[in-house]
Amino acid sequence: MAADQKYFDEMFGHGTAARAPYVDYCNWFKDEDTARLLSKSEEAEALFRLIGVTFNVYGDPDATERLIPFDLVPRIIAAREWAKVAKGIEQRVRALNAFLHDIYHRQEIVRAGRLPAEMIARNDAFLPEMIGVSPPGDIYTHIVGTDLVRTGDNEFFVLEDNARTPSGVSYMLENRETMLHMFPELFSKIKVQSVSQYPRALRKSLAACAPDACDGRPTIAVLTPGIHNSAYYEHAFLADQMSAELVEGHDLRVVDGRVAMRTTRGYKPIDVLYRRVDDEYLDPLNFNPDSVLGVPGIMDVYRAGGITIANAPGTGIADDKAIYSYMPDIVEFYTGEKAILKNVPTHRCSDPDALKYVLDNLAELVVKEVHGSGGYGMLVGPAASKKEIEAFRAKLEASPGNYIAQPTLALSTVPILTDAGLAPRHVDLRPFVLVSPDRIDITPGGLTRVALTEGSLVVNSSQGGGTKDTWVLEE
Amino acid sequence: MLGKTAGGLFWMFRYLERAENTARMIDAGLRISLTRSSAAESEWTSILSSTGARAAYEATHGAPDGPKVIDFLLRDPNNPGSIMAGIESARMNARVVRTALTREVWEAVNECYMVLKRLLAQPIEDRDLPRVLQIIRQRSAFVRGALHGTMVRNDIYNFARIGTFYERADNTARIIDQKYYILLPSVKLVGSPSDNVQWDTILRATSTTRAYQTLHEGDVDPRAIARFLILDGRLPRSLAFCYGKIGDNLGYLEQEYGMRHTCQSLADALCAKFRSHDMNAIFDYGLHEFISDFLRDSAALGRQIEIDYRFIE
Repeated sequence: MAADQKYFDEMFGHGTAARAPYVDYCNWFKDEDTARLLSKSEEAEALFRLIGVTFNVYGDPDATERLIPFDLVPRIIAAREWAKVAKGIEQRVRALNAFLHDIYHRQEIVRAGRLPAEMIARNDAFLPEMIGVSPPGDIYTHIVGTDLVRTGDNEFFVLEDNARTPSGVSYMLENRETMLHMFPELFSKIKVQSVSQYPRALRKSLAACAPDACDGRPTIAVLTPGIHNSAYYEHAFLADQMSAELVEGHDLRVVDGRVAMRTTRGYKPIDVLYRRVDDEYLDPLNFNPDSVLGVPGIMDVYRAGGITIANAPGTGIADDKAIYSYMPDIVEFYTGEKAILKNVPTHRCSDPDALKYVLDNLAELVVKEVHGSGGYGMLVGPAASKKEIEAFRAKLEASPGNYIAQPTLALSTVPILTDAGLAPRHVDLRPFVLVSPDRIDITPGGLTRVALTEGSLVVNSSQGGGTKDTWVLEE
Repeated sequence: MLGKTAGGLFWMFRYLERAENTARMIDAGLRISLTRSSAAESEWTSILSSTGARAAYEATHGAPDGPKVIDFLLRDPNNPGSIMAGIESARMNARVVRTALTREVWEAVNECYMVLKRLLAQPIEDRDLPRVLQIIRQRSAFVRGALHGTMVRNDIYNFARIGTFYERADNTARIIDQKYYILLPSVKLVGSPSDNVQWDTILRATSTTRAYQTLHEGDVDPRAIARFLILDGRLPRSLAFCYGKIGDNLGYLEQEYGMRHTCQSLADALCAKFRSHDMNAIFDYGLHEFISDFLRDSAALGRQIEIDYRFIE
């Protein structure tokens, strides 16, 4: 198979011979029967359905529980490639936490003139309730999912820093389990770094951030919006794997200055809450009064040091798409080093010159909402029709401050298995990072999302993307 | 353990047990309508009453008609008590309490749901009905078997078991409640052939025909049937058996938590009734009254368990 010359293919580069990390896999693959592999694909799907690895799509009444398509050709990364990426992520995550501490305290970065004051003051993601709050270890974002894309042999870009409640880690773990189940022989031939330690590491990392109010072994709970949430499976999975309770807002209340869960033996205080509920819904007394997903008064307990909330409220200011454009400065300001990982050049549409450029070049650009996620409300210029572009132009002109624009990157491809054999598809990568006071732990690999439609650049599962197992090879 | 989780386990196993019992009742109704079509209508009415679906059925379909009743009990979206709705509720509760279940138990209930969802997507034809009913009973048994074989014997297991036996006793009691008049001693004097069929239906609806015959050497006697279903501690669907188990499981919770609640006392009082009463005493008191008292006391116990273990706030 000849790779598309326009894009960097991670298996074949720009040529036809397998790149070094894929050599062993390709040797195995050439002796495999495509029909057998395709039947394995169905086997994998049946397994996912039985386990219930599903997600819900909002606004789709016919398919309340859907599977994310799984492609069984792994994405393979060499140890050396990974080491550099991991170093870059670690640097970036350190900077994010230092930035969050600064933003909610003295705002030195603004005083130093490296970040305009209005980027904070006029930003909905800035939470005034967090001003002056120092969580244990000064960690604000404990669990980070740094979205990366690759455009060449040595070219990695950070697309987004997901510092609020990144999801997808359960797919990383289940994908690996499925591959081990289906192709044990591959894993004895090729040495792949393990990912299965993630839940233990998560528990340890959360426990290390217990508040002063905790005496003895920290009690950890996972807060979910409930079984109708799109990531409910993941919430249950992580709670289960960590032996933590899976709680909803109505299981919790404030008792004697602590947040406590209703157990069969009465109320029991929680030390660390891994919440998968957005800030807005966390506390009806302090934020959205209509929320039934949160706990009335939890913010007051939090500010008094009675509970650790992971991630901290207000971390959205760090992964906001407008702030993103300042990340190279932010990394340099807090670490004193140049950023190892590149940023995608970003046009802030709030700036009139940038807006003009973006409006003139809509057909070439990717335009995103500043606070959007999940691939909703974005424009991929090269893939959009004239009509779609014009409709988007109107939205952009109406509220330019809501948007940023980026060049369309030549995302790398990795082959997927189709009825006709291997075929290249665009991918991205979300590695998962755990931050505790004494260490930053990055699971080797992460979740590879793949756009299953030929030529498509949109990998989001809500938009029909699939996933792949991601292998980082041993040295 | 969260109170919500305890409640979710209790209800998950109630719903499963209920679906299985409804399948047994359809089986019994089907048998009657095949053998004695003249008695069928009143049998379906009595089955609808036992499953608590009579009002809902009559509101949409009017007079009981075999195929309609069967479809209503199996899969009608207008019937919140249908087997399909029960299995869906069981699975929904299983999703809520998933962290408390072993993978085997979850997969058994999820597969039960997936199989029945496919199977009950269309109306079931007569010739397929026995097979479908068998699959329902079998799938429910798989979940019970996975629970038995893979779960640690702790509070989680106890709440699941309490839900199972609570619902099973409730079902047996409702069947007796519908049929008490043919189990009264005076009926034997009448001895009409229709009564024989009715007795047979009761045994079939509780899947106890074979057990009864073995233990009673084939002698069909209404008094013995009543004693069998109420007092015989050897029969896993009798009230005495189920309440013995509920008493045990509540006792284990008392030990594990080191705390005795009102529900333990209520359960003990109910268990004592089955120990102290023989069938004569029950008939003297009145079978109908005895069963009515039981249903009332059992409802009170259910509410008390919910309060004592904080299923809800």
